[in-house]
Amino acid sequence: MATSTLRRARTSWALWAPMAVVVVGVLVPLGYLAVRAFDAEAGELAALIFRERNLRLLGNTVGLTVAVLGLTTVLAGPLAWLVTRTDLRGRRGLTLLGVLPLAVPGYVMAYALLATGGPNGTLAGLTGLVVPRPSGFVGAWLALSLYTFPYLFLNLRTALLGLDPALEESARSLGAGKRETLRRVILPQLRPAFLAGGLLIALHVLGDFGVVSLMRFETFSYAIYLQYSASYDRVYAAWLALMLLALTGALLWGEARLLRGRRLHRAGTGTARRARLQRLGAWQVPAWAFGGGLGFAAVGLPVVTVLYWLGRSAERETWGHLLTALGDSVLASAPAAVLAGLLALPIAYLGVRRPSPLTQGLERIAYLGYATPPLAFALALVFFSLRVVPFAYQTLGLLVAAYALHFLAEALGPVRSALYQAPPQAEEAARSLGRTPFRAFMEATFPLLRRGLVVSIAFVFLSALKELPITFLLSPLGFQTLATRMWSAANEAMFSVAAPYALALILVSTALVGLLLSERTPDSA
Amino acid sequence: MNPLLTVSCLSKQFADGVLPVVNGLSFEVEEGETFALLGPSGCGKTTALRCIAGFETADSGTVTLDGQTLVGDGISVPPERRGIGFVFQDYALFPHLTVRENVAFGLRGMTKKACRARADEVLRLVGLGGLEERKPYALSGGQQQRVALARAIAPRPRLLLLDEPFSNLDALLRQEMRERVRDLLKKERMTALLVTHDQEEALSFADRVAVMQNGRIDQIGTPEAIYATPRTLFVAQFLGRTNLLLTQAEGDTAETVLGRLRLNRAASGPVLLSIRPEHLALTAEADATGSLEGTVLAREYKGHDITYRVQVGSIDCLVHTGNRVRFEPGDAVWVRALEPAVVLEKVGEVPAMG
Repeated sequence: MATSTLRRARTSWALWAPMAVVVVGVLVPLGYLAVRAFDAEAGELAALIFRERNLRLLGNTVGLTVAVLGLTTVLAGPLAWLVTRTDLRGRRGLTLLGVLPLAVPGYVMAYALLATGGPNGTLAGLTGLVVPRPSGFVGAWLALSLYTFPYLFLNLRTALLGLDPALEESARSLGAGKRETLRRVILPQLRPAFLAGGLLIALHVLGDFGVVSLMRFETFSYAIYLQYSASYDRVYAAWLALMLLALTGALLWGEARLLRGRRLHRAGTGTARRARLQRLGAWQVPAWAFGGGLGFAAVGLPVVTVLYWLGRSAERETWGHLLTALGDSVLASAPAAVLAGLLALPIAYLGVRRPSPLTQGLERIAYLGYATPPLAFALALVFFSLRVVPFAYQTLGLLVAAYALHFLAEALGPVRSALYQAPPQAEEAARSLGRTPFRAFMEATFPLLRRGLVVSIAFVFLSALKELPITFLLSPLGFQTLATRMWSAANEAMFSVAAPYALALILVSTALVGLLLSERTPDSA
Repeated sequence: MNPLLTVSCLSKQFADGVLPVVNGLSFEVEEGETFALLGPSGCGKTTALRCIAGFETADSGTVTLDGQTLVGDGISVPPERRGIGFVFQDYALFPHLTVRENVAFGLRGMTKKACRARADEVLRLVGLGGLEERKPYALSGGQQQRVALARAIAPRPRLLLLDEPFSNLDALLRQEMRERVRDLLKKERMTALLVTHDQEEALSFADRVAVMQNGRIDQIGTPEAIYATPRTLFVAQFLGRTNLLLTQAEGDTAETVLGRLRLNRAASGPVLLSIRPEHLALTAEADATGSLEGTVLAREYKGHDITYRVQVGSIDCLVHTGNRVRFEPGDAVWVRALEPAVVLEKVGEVPAMG
């Protein structure tokens, strides 16, 4: 009797301890952000909050987000339509071109744009043509749009493939022409996909630091960094982070409201037929020019830029620096990936096997950590560690924990899907054959989760490798990752120094995209 | 009177080298009539319906509605200008619109108020008053089906096409919906063309039935006519169980293992005869009209009736009886034909038109 009670206690401890870590790791630091923000006199507070600069930052951040959403819609919408609904030749290749830009991190894209223009740029070096170097709003807008449009493209493509052609035929038989059918039937059906892709893009723009800092465009993220690193006015930095969090919260809230009551599944049972393809005829050429041009701008340009600057002998980076940066990157990313996998296992298990408001709430907290702009999250961890665990400040341990908590949501997905495939009856059978709950899980379920877990760990590892702002704020003194080295060099316009790092980061991200594509359920293109 | 819909020599081939799905299909539908295209899956009936609606482009042939050419002579009127309503197998309701908005979708040239009034009127007609504000997913299968019907008839189309509209409903609901929809179509004097693979549905729902096979029609007629006097072996077997007898015809009669049978039409030489199980009777004693002795092999009790398998001479035959006729396997019985046997056309025989 006593042993069984003990066992149950131990089992639940094994399950609940990681969840406690997540709550403490995500929510408590955010609380400390607020604590630090109110560390000032009342009069001082008012001056901080009602500064004109805040309004400008808000305008810049919102304006950039809206502009990026607009441009990505214009790029992703037609591309998704072309590859799903027309007889465009080479649709599969173009589909790949719509995904590959994810393999170029935003700050590498920004670097490519910066290195292309100007009198010493790639274009000038190759053709003698001098184009102005994009910077500020336009530079940030282009770099972010070219990097993030695949999120919208993938969502719209899946939605278009899933649309029941009978809906369009219904509209036609009820007297609606092609345009009216598009406006009244197809576009409303694409709305959830648009909102989902748009949310991802908006979160990226709000959280982005690499692009806006290289382009010198002041949004909340960039301002937080400047405030923290340059002036040491931490109270104001905390306030900026809180404002950014409020903006992110408003975005998530707005999205949830827009999606409410919009369960757009097919009413009916039969399987959907494939839609009839629109003949392009002479429009094949402009369609390819559009898709090919987009692919070149988003993928070709960064690759050409990196290769061009690699070949320039001036101020070349030494192998020693490169290897050190690679070593530091792995040193932080690898343990973070394993830690995230270990945390994801019990959280996903409880969420799938024992769904309750509590377990689902905990999963949401993990996603909240992911949606939190990285600079705000990192700043929160700085305040938290300085107040509560000062010995941990600027240690590798804290950086690893920050990566793991921030990217936990990426680890949850694959483990969850694997769990859905594992029949709960197998575990029950193991119990009836005399195993304790923990042994039953390890022997009956865990072997089936192994692949999902490996994928989870790989996701977090690759994401952490290219992480920038968290690394800046939390890394130990002298610690240099591939991402921070690249950013520092690009920030000082040392393009050939940055090139090898950019290449390494493109390779890392390509691996990430390959993983993403292999994890998606295969569907015919 | 001219027919409302005329389909003539309609053909559709999806790929070179494969047989056409629709192969020279011709039929006519009268104003106010309910017409069914009946056939096994893959016989081309749905493709034919989609060609009439304008969702598929026919390779050749013509479709004329109310004197207007929809397909043919290089013309292909787009679906939105055909004035044809379509009820889909899985209803295809717009999930982002309410029930009322779904039904009002096809109404045009009317004020908002008039649209709303017409939608509500049609919804009441199909018995869905009070559900106007619901979204499609909040409805049961039968209700969704009626919304789909209401949406199709609200703009008062000249012709209503129904593609297997009852196949997604469970058996009990299917029967009820069939009756309701039929009553509604008759009350509204709608001309309807139904496609189905369910022979019971076609026979009970339609005024006339066309039985299709391999992209063309084997026989057109009233349900009674095609059931009682099937023209081909395919029609005889597709519409229900039957007994087939290969024999020599001598004018109005033929000598068979079931005795000398009257024929539905005069013939001579080798013929294939069909006689339905319910057109045979079983008795315990011989009677004067020339019944033959047999042995009960098996009994299939189905509640309202019973099917016996009886060995007569060298063959097994099926006999439907009421459930008050009780025999056990092994009993000796007498088999007697109640109706003339039907002479089936030989393969390749030129069918008489009409």
